[in-house]
Amino acid sequence: MENILAVLTQEFFYAMIRMASPIILAAMGEVMLERAGIFNLGLEGMMLFGAFFAVLGSFLFHSAWAGVALAMMVGVLLGLLFGWAVISIRANQAVTGTAINILALGMTSMLARMIWGVMDVPLSVSSIDVFAIPLLHKMPLLGYVLFQHSPLVYLAYLSVPLAAFVLYRTSWGLKIRAIGEHPKAAETMGIHVLRWKYAMAIIAGSCATLAGSILSLSFMNLFVDNISAGRGFMAVVSVILGQWNPWGIAMGGLIFGFGNALQMRLQSFGIPIPTDLLLIFPIFLALIVVLISKGSSAARPSALAKPYYKE
Amino acid sequence: MKRTLRMEQITKRFPGVTACNHIDISFQTGEIHALLGENGAGKTTLMNILYGLHHADEGRILMDDEVLTIDSPQQAIECGIGMVHQHFMLVPKFSVLENIVLGTPLDREPFLNLELARKKIALIAQETGLHISLDEKVANLCVGDQQRVEIVKALYKGAQILIMDEPTSVLTPQETDELFRVLKRWTREGNTVVFITHKMREVIEICDRISVLRDGKMMGTLLTSEVNPDYVAEMMVGRCISLSMDRSEQAPGQCVLSLQHVSVENQQGCRALDDVSFDVKEGEIVGIAGVDGNGQFELIEAILGSCPIVQGEVFLGYEKISGLKTQLILKAGVSCIPFSRQKEGLAMEFSIQDNFILKEQWHMPYAKKGLLQKKAIKEKVAQVIHKYNIKAIGPETKVVNMSGGNQQKVVVAREMDRNHRLLLACHPTHGLDIGAIEFIHKSILEERSNQKAVLLISTELDELFSLCDRILVFYQGKVMGEVDKEHWEVRDIGLMMLGNRKEELERRGHDTNR
Repeated sequence: MENILAVLTQEFFYAMIRMASPIILAAMGEVMLERAGIFNLGLEGMMLFGAFFAVLGSFLFHSAWAGVALAMMVGVLLGLLFGWAVISIRANQAVTGTAINILALGMTSMLARMIWGVMDVPLSVSSIDVFAIPLLHKMPLLGYVLFQHSPLVYLAYLSVPLAAFVLYRTSWGLKIRAIGEHPKAAETMGIHVLRWKYAMAIIAGSCATLAGSILSLSFMNLFVDNISAGRGFMAVVSVILGQWNPWGIAMGGLIFGFGNALQMRLQSFGIPIPTDLLLIFPIFLALIVVLISKGSSAARPSALAKPYYKE
Repeated sequence: MKRTLRMEQITKRFPGVTACNHIDISFQTGEIHALLGENGAGKTTLMNILYGLHHADEGRILMDDEVLTIDSPQQAIECGIGMVHQHFMLVPKFSVLENIVLGTPLDREPFLNLELARKKIALIAQETGLHISLDEKVANLCVGDQQRVEIVKALYKGAQILIMDEPTSVLTPQETDELFRVLKRWTREGNTVVFITHKMREVIEICDRISVLRDGKMMGTLLTSEVNPDYVAEMMVGRCISLSMDRSEQAPGQCVLSLQHVSVENQQGCRALDDVSFDVKEGEIVGIAGVDGNGQFELIEAILGSCPIVQGEVFLGYEKISGLKTQLILKAGVSCIPFSRQKEGLAMEFSIQDNFILKEQWHMPYAKKGLLQKKAIKEKVAQVIHKYNIKAIGPETKVVNMSGGNQQKVVVAREMDRNHRLLLACHPTHGLDIGAIEFIHKSILEERSNQKAVLLISTELDELFSLCDRILVFYQGKVMGEVDKEHWEVRDIGLMMLGNRKEELERRGHDTNR
């Protein structure tokens, strides 16, 4: 019993906040896109691309921030590509997303070997330092847990109120929500439905690659195969769990952060459970969440995943 | 000053069909202009072009002598054009206020500050008499209120020309009158209404001029004061049409369908049918009047056994059918023309013959020992196509490629050809042109002369009046009253559709007489 409680230390909560951040950031991009009626299952692949190109940028330009910038650019391109496929060509959204996931897994692993060769220890590049927020980080207990993170982690948490504000307090948000509910009605109200959908695809793409760069440049300083390890899927699940509301989604992201942190802590404690089982834990959690929340879908955008025909 | 909006030589081609063929039309300020035509005549396409939803292949739009470019609804709105679509363009999950302001720049863009908008809308409501509660969710409004929201929405965007696509198809007679009052008042202030419809009565009641379209061509524009309804009907269809039906007098026979105190709950657990009892006899057409969504759908489901009955019993002849499986109920002699031919009536990707044999696909002569008899099916269906005058290349034509009228004829042919005692006809002429409506009305009357029992559900009172022997009025799952042929009056039925019981109306009638 004592052993189990010993897990819940400051370090544990620190890890939970940290591990939740990429999931939350990617999920915020995803919720903007889903509110505009597009379901992006390719979040996992986009994150993986982001993680890879962040390392590549950092490697090429010897600056972690250049890596982040490159990752974001790739995110914009991925958003455009995905948008072109599902908005203009009206390809099936889940299939396109899955294609991106498969492409990302193969392509990043291949490019990594082509550029850096096969190494025992992956090449390390310059990473993003922790930025302790002045004064606040000295707070007892919470100071360490909340205010000694990488700037990108803060950004991830700031994206939550930002997304909530845009969705519920601006006319942009009203338009985006209208497009996800009834695109034809939005069109008749003089809203450029396709343009907005593209804009949201770009936002979702760049949020996902930015989240990927957190994995490779903030948590580590290197790229390994499949570094995203299901976090993109967890972001997709968080959106459902949070019922398309940014605050709820952040809670969902924190649950997955909890799962990830717990898994890591239990490993380091040497608890006699096979590592593989522990690694499955957060994904298992995702599965249960999906099964539980399947019935309650009143908040689901009515036109989600339906292609829009203008004429 | 009078201004004129003109559409010149408008042509729009869709794959395989010319929806609008060099159409000229003009609208003057202060008039209510009817755009009359059968379904598929090009009325809605023409107006969608004016509203920027479609792009004309040829032609131009002018305000007085100035050419307007309208490539998107945004530009149409800027030109002062508003449109109320047949299927309302409202977001059900949004409040009325959010629906109205959507897409219009706010005073502190992009912040969602709605106070000024609220005041502006209140002003519009006051001027036009279109009062709506702004904070209600649209999903909770009745159709009449939703239409009001649509009109206010267009006016809020500054519309001076309002296009209304079949606005009365969802309204009760009282709501229609109210709408007409509002429109008349609004046009007196120098605004224009374009009224798309296929109902002659309404045209004559409120429109100043009538333009008739047929097969994408403009047949001409007339002054309402100078027209003869039969002549306009002929212009619409291109041949002589009798607007009234010949129905012979005959006494009803034995009771075929009997509902006794039937109650049904919908998925939300509300009473969708509440203690409904009535009979339908042989050789009798009983109509169900009521605004859509007042239990008609559940009534059919209850009879067909596709939803559980909480209370009460349904009999077919002497046999109790409530509680039986749908398959057995159909076999017992119930045929049904469902509400939606595309969703429920037909497998759209199937051919005519495959659709035709559905429900009977196991039986002779269509199948022997579980194998389909293609030759027999084909012969039979070729006969049916001829008999019902279905326009198709052959029995193997896919129904998805046919017009709505011909699709409905396939459904009607299948249901009437089956061995049955009772026909349930749900909105049998919904969305059809006059020619097809006439044909289906005749078929239903034929059922009556063949001593079948018919239950006809319709929102069109004209249809019910011309076909039925008796009419029951539904409101929120209850029967408000029954009216027979000798006693019907639009006003009473309208009041019952709004939830007044027949007994109350009679009592009130007595009071005023005294």
